[in-house]
Amino acid sequence: MLRILARVARTGNLAEPLEADLEALGAQMKTLAERRFAGSLALRAVDAGSCNGCELEIHALNNPYHDIERFGVHFVASPRHADALLVTGPVSRHMEAALKRTWAATPAPRLVIAAGDCACTGGEFGVSYASCGPVAGVIPVDARIPGCPPTPKALLAGILAAARGRRD
Amino acid sequence: MTNFAWLPAFKAHLEREHLLIRGESGTCLAPARCLEIDPEDWAKGGAEAARFGLRWAGLWADRDALGERCTCVLENAGDYLILSTRPDGEALASHSPWYPAAGRLERHARDLFGLRFEGLDERRWTRHQAWPEDRHPLVDALPAPGETPPDGDYPFAHIPGEGVYEIPVGPVHAGIIEPGHFRFNAVGETILGLEERLGYVHKGIEHLARGRDPAGLARLAGRVSGDSTVAHAWAACQAMERAAGLTPPARAVWLRALFAERERVANHLGDIGAICNDVGFAFAQYQFQRLREVWTRRNADLCGHRLLMDQIVPGGVACEPEALAALEYDHRHLRKALAGLFDILEDHPSLRDRLQGTGRLSPLTAAELGVTGYVGKASDQAFDLRRDDPYPPYDRYPPDVPRYQAGDVAARMRVRMDEIGISLDLMDRLLGDLPKGDLAVPFTTPEEGEGLGCIEGWRGEILSHVRFAHGRVARFFPRDPSWFTWPALEHIVQDNIVPDFPVCNKSVNASYSGVDL
Ligand code: SF4
Repeated sequence: MLRILARVARTGNLAEPLEADLEALGAQMKTLAERRFAGSLALRAVDAGSCNGCELEIHALNNPYHDIERFGVHFVASPRHADALLVTGPVSRHMEAALKRTWAATPAPRLVIAAGDCACTGGEFGVSYASCGPVAGVIPVDARIPGCPPTPKALLAGILAAARGRRD
Repeated sequence: MTNFAWLPAFKAHLEREHLLIRGESGTCLAPARCLEIDPEDWAKGGAEAARFGLRWAGLWADRDALGERCTCVLENAGDYLILSTRPDGEALASHSPWYPAAGRLERHARDLFGLRFEGLDERRWTRHQAWPEDRHPLVDALPAPGETPPDGDYPFAHIPGEGVYEIPVGPVHAGIIEPGHFRFNAVGETILGLEERLGYVHKGIEHLARGRDPAGLARLAGRVSGDSTVAHAWAACQAMERAAGLTPPARAVWLRALFAERERVANHLGDIGAICNDVGFAFAQYQFQRLREVWTRRNADLCGHRLLMDQIVPGGVACEPEALAALEYDHRHLRKALAGLFDILEDHPSLRDRLQGTGRLSPLTAAELGVTGYVGKASDQAFDLRRDDPYPPYDRYPPDVPRYQAGDVAARMRVRMDEIGISLDLMDRLLGDLPKGDLAVPFTTPEEGEGLGCIEGWRGEILSHVRFAHGRVARFFPRDPSWFTWPALEHIVQDNIVPDFPVCNKSVNASYSGVDL
């Protein structure tokens, strides 16, 4: 423990210069979260059939480089606490009912954001005996974030656009 | 190395048991060797393979011009032996009595292909309610799907006893992870049993593969499990190249290995952080996430994609990476950062206290299940394709393979820590000898033919079977290592406390998408 503290003291603050575009997006997000979501926009991530690539990039939103909680966006464990669902993947038929239930459990007015090419259009998987295709075919979608997978920055921009589009 | 020194003894062993070998071939799925046996000998094949100590590595069904075929892959000393048979409508004996992890692959073949097995768990696996019970998506025409009802009445095993209660979890989980259902039987805080129910992200990958061209298949393979996009795409391309009798240029092969090692390092970094986070050590989570992000950004500099998706194509690689010169600096920098961090992880009594002895998988169970990758290596199963059946360029750079006996979360994390260092050294050597030349050769699609790709992904051994017919993909089956680590997780959590499930699960990190297909 002492060694760790000594190291902390020795290392000091190594913060890198902030990325201007990310910070600009973040500042807008923060203002919007304050104005419209009482300071915080609560997101529930739902994997409705993804290949898990999209999840890796959603995770990256929380790493110290992006840390989107500082912009007022945070992920919650239950749809009941969520303002918005961030849905990935083509909706597999085996997840159809679970996605609808998750949506029903999210208090209105709720936003649905389709994240990734699969969620937007069905992507590589399309519509088949096993896949319902795009999220919009199963629940109403408010915003779409293309990309396979979308980068963390694209995700943030998309979340911002979705929050903006919400009519109070 | 592929020499099959043990094969004559195994065949003699089969002969003594009166198992008739109908045909033998070293070309069908070379470098594997194939034995064709009668359907009524399928049980004996499994039993004797187990008695001989072969590892059971996978199974799939197919239907070619001659009819139905069932193929099972066995491995010993780095050599792959294929058992195949034509059941012709007959039921085959399940191999699950000898190889407990075989059951799920057999159930998958039954659900999608209609293959019948005797002595196999009767419950459906991959099929929930999306198509009629008596139809099989890879052979039958299916009616137009309507709304899919939830799969509510899967008969989970109940453990009777006073004070035993069940905890259903999922399919939608609390974190940002893939969906699946876990059913715990617990007493107080202690887990008596865990039963997994997967199949929620079944997207019909094997069905989608049909009729594709090689480039389309590589793209699909890169989306079997997004975190293993390089490894799965490489395995599928290797299978297609073997089927076509084509060798990609040396530069492409070196770059593929570079990408695969980059994928390994990225995932290990992420997992080490997440394991620490699951026992409340957020410091490590932030540090490792940071390193992972830097690493991922370099991927984008190299090829324009943070996960290196679609960089491996049939015949070679898609792009000439930029900024290769920066990698050496990256490696040095990462080594230095990790030396400091690993020091902290190893010298942290409360972390040790939480990880050591948690989630044990005994070497015996690991061997029985046939797990590979870091889960195997932490439980004394030191198989690694890059060393034991090396494909180019690893034949030039056989890596060290970490091996531990403890089989707990700490050991699985330790393997990852070791593997990052080994990969960094390997990448330095790859970069040092990076051959000049073409990035790809034109891929001529064979009219007919099949191939088996075998690649050591970051999770472990990936097998990928591709068969062409009429110049198109007729069959694709990617076998992710998670088919074996998922059943291992059921053993791992036994007698642990329910709140330790997340850290046990993270230390295994099996892919849902990779097995649901
Ligand atoms: S958009 Fe791409 S990364 Fe995301 S789930 Fe689909 S295939 Fe995977």
